[in-house]
Amino acid sequence: MFSKRAAAIAAILAGSLALAACGSSSNPLASGSSGSGSTASGSSSSGASTSGSATSGSGASSSGSSSSSSASSSASSGSASSPSASGSASGSAAGSSSAPAGGPIVIGSANFLEAELLAQVYAAALKAKGVDVSTHLDIGSREVYLKAMQEGSINLLPEYTGGLLAYYDKDSKATSPEDVYNALTKVLPDSLTVLDRSPATDQDSITVTKATADKYHLSSIGDLAPVADQMTLGGSSEFQTRPYGPQGLKDVYGVVFKNFKVLGDSGGPLTVKALKTGLVQATDIFTTNPAIAENDFVVLKDTKNMFQAQNVVPLIAKSVATPTVTDALNAVSAKLTTEALTQMQKVVQDTKADPADVAAKWVSDNGLG
Amino acid sequence: MIGDIWAWLTTASHWDGQDGIWARTWEHLQYTLLAVVIALVIAIPIGALIGHTGKGTALVAGLANALRALPSLGLLVIFALWSLDHLPIGIALQSASIAVLVLLAVPPILTSTYAGVAAVDPATRDAAAGMGMTGRQVLLRVELPIALPLVFSGIRSGYLQSVATATIAAIVSLGGLGRYVIDGLAQQDYPKMAAGALLVALLAIVGDRVLAMIGYLLVSAGLTGRRTLARRPAPAPSEVVMPATT
Repeated sequence: MFSKRAAAIAAILAGSLALAACGSSSNPLASGSSGSGSTASGSSSSGASTSGSATSGSGASSSGSSSSSSASSSASSGSASSPSASGSASGSAAGSSSAPAGGPIVIGSANFLEAELLAQVYAAALKAKGVDVSTHLDIGSREVYLKAMQEGSINLLPEYTGGLLAYYDKDSKATSPEDVYNALTKVLPDSLTVLDRSPATDQDSITVTKATADKYHLSSIGDLAPVADQMTLGGSSEFQTRPYGPQGLKDVYGVVFKNFKVLGDSGGPLTVKALKTGLVQATDIFTTNPAIAENDFVVLKDTKNMFQAQNVVPLIAKSVATPTVTDALNAVSAKLTTEALTQMQKVVQDTKADPADVAAKWVSDNGLG
Repeated sequence: MIGDIWAWLTTASHWDGQDGIWARTWEHLQYTLLAVVIALVIAIPIGALIGHTGKGTALVAGLANALRALPSLGLLVIFALWSLDHLPIGIALQSASIAVLVLLAVPPILTSTYAGVAAVDPATRDAAAGMGMTGRQVLLRVELPIALPLVFSGIRSGYLQSVATATIAAIVSLGGLGRYVIDGLAQQDYPKMAAGALLVALLAIVGDRVLAMIGYLLVSAGLTGRRTLARRPAPAPSEVVMPATT
């Protein structure tokens, strides 16, 4: 009798272990399948986003080296855990010989496709101006790469204004692009600075289908107020508790949805399908998600700046910010748009092209190279 | 941490309402039980037939073991995407989740049923046949009752499997205790997450004990050696080995 009971307890323990394993493994897959560099979730998560950004958008972390192991995009693709850092580290060093004092500028990036693309854009633009650069991409979450920046092993990184601000100042209430950028310049460590912000943003949005937008004449979030009580809102678990979640919609816009459905893949295939099939009528989706254009979704305008701005901005060590470098990067920021960023991601996802090639093409197409 | 989990569990507001522990536990139990019942309907007839005839053993054992190895999370996402396109929107995600749970609950029930039936002493089987029982009668009245303890251990492990895995239904926006685990992880609300895991474990233990009790009551007294002193009739010659079902 005793042994029988012991066996039962062992079975239960095994069961709960399996559960724990399932709980933790869920995250990479959920966002991995998103395949769309779902950054902002990680980046805006109040700094301490170890799990958030570490896993976000690993879907297409194909890294510098060509073709090879990219597990990118499309539904259900496995966890796509990133290819070896060594492969990417040496990605595109090579190149010109006119190095500034102290060797090449090391460009880093977070571990999702969009960040990697941006880093490659910076690399291509700088190389075109004869600056010696090397890339060390796919580093990981913000905690990790910012530490590397402060230690000087990384000199330049693509960042997002809101996420970076939240990392250094958790309590900042700034949301508009100007406010966030200005606040950011005040909180950065002495050794680092940000150059001009680009108009390109990767941030949360309330998005609806074209049909819904036409039916209710929606163009901004505020337009939802009279009709939201007939609609279900979708979004991630994080979104549900963020200040810009359902509570924020109510406080800022007076928009109250009938109910909220948690869609666990941060704008991935499930979210897209849920919106298309009408499981939800509106959902939180990141503005650089290629699915928006593909499905003719309508991103409702955030006229009151409820969502914290997440403009793409180069974060650079002051020691390497020579006028040549600064001018080259500012020129990139001036040209870079949300659409361009989305388009580059789409190309990489659809054709499995090397992000470095896609980035270089964009740079030369825009007269920056 | 323990204190935080305790505090989370003992907050009254966490127990009531649509997102409350009672509601979530009930949802969790619904997914689990529905899946187990469907799995029973599928697995027991097939398992009994295979055990009885001895045909297809290798095939089914292989298949059942392959099913066990399926990554439930990936399967769920695939099912969910498919069912959103092909099933009515109201039941699409539920169906996908239940289907995954069924796939996980079938193998243990199936294998234990066929193993239980196949392991019946050939002498007993011969005796039943010698009494003039048909194949069907042998299976239903002799083999299955004798296999019952093993069948029940299969049901219990199928239940444990389902109860633990029902957690992932939360990934595709459904309820259940998985909501706490998935949301807690995403919102970095670790007491909530741990409390959710704890509740799942608790549900597993309680359910397992209940199933064990049912099994104990259903299995023939002749097998368990359990005897009630009050009722011990001398076997009349006519009803020889007929297993009692109380």
